[in-house]
Amino acid sequence: MRVALNGEPVELPDEASLADAVAAAGADPKRRGVAAALDGEVVPKADWAGRALREGQDVEVVRAVQGG
Amino acid sequence: MGSEELAQDRAAAALEIGGRTFGSRLIVGTGGFRSLEVMERALEATGTEMVTVALRRVDPLSQGSVLDVVDRLGLRCLPNTAGCYTARDAIQTAKLAREAFETDWIKLEVIGDDRTLLPDAVELVDAAETLAADGFTVLPYTNDDPILAARLEAAGCAAVMPLGSPIGSGAGIRNPYNVRIIVENAGVPVILDAGIGTASDATLAMELGCSGVLLASSVSRAKDPVAMASAMRKAVEAGHAARAAGRIPRRLHAEASTPDEGLPEL
Repeated sequence: MRVALNGEPVELPDEASLADAVAAAGADPKRRGVAAALDGEVVPKADWAGRALREGQDVEVVRAVQGG
Repeated sequence: MGSEELAQDRAAAALEIGGRTFGSRLIVGTGGFRSLEVMERALEATGTEMVTVALRRVDPLSQGSVLDVVDRLGLRCLPNTAGCYTARDAIQTAKLAREAFETDWIKLEVIGDDRTLLPDAVELVDAAETLAADGFTVLPYTNDDPILAARLEAAGCAAVMPLGSPIGSGAGIRNPYNVRIIVENAGVPVILDAGIGTASDATLAMELGCSGVLLASSVSRAKDPVAMASAMRKAVEAGHAARAAGRIPRRLHAEASTPDEGLPEL
């Protein structure tokens, strides 16, 4: 299945969850300072593993950076 | 000093926002530092208890995390919505920040263009209303406009944060009269946010009656960030103390401090 991960097309297994996409983005899901949105909807960390992905979805994975 | 006086003294020294008390009246941005190591020493030197952080797409190649430093220093995170141009983007970013940092505090920034980075008043009020209604503790970066500040307070914001001048300009407080009027009208803390260039700017903000100062570039981009951090700490404390002490009125002409009486005739 192909999804857009932080704006880039990425191939993931058909049964992949949002947690898998977060890991594929290179984020450590256990760390504070990481968040994810699926098609514009912010998904709580506790729901990542149970949220199945579908072909063509937009996944955004963000982390804390320095900023004023 | 009796315990009651002591308690009053402590209350006067503390900054209260959204039901929380801070010993330091300085909020510091984490942007613009040359390294995390310099940032850590500078943040420590400011004496701050709360720092702003931003959210960006994950970069697997990045080394070290701003949060490691923030946690090591025991500081509170104030996530921002920097880079958002619409209420919709800012609201989404605030929701991401709530998940990422486990806090409903948000420094709300909705800017109008990338040259001035000035707030877009219409989008800002829209986002503030939505986020406050959703339970966020909203600290909006706003123009130095007393009417807009009042609208943001009415929208449920926990503080108002007028700019002194554009972000990163270091141009100081361009309209001290408006900042005074904002302070006069406000029922929530007023934090001077953006435009601070050097220590005297931070002192002026406090002398005008602001409850605190939020700064980033003036420290992070200073030649010696750690030394400037220490200067800013003293500047805010001095301005706050001077405001409380009550300055003398400005006069056009001199007023002698030495009595004329008893002057010998020579």
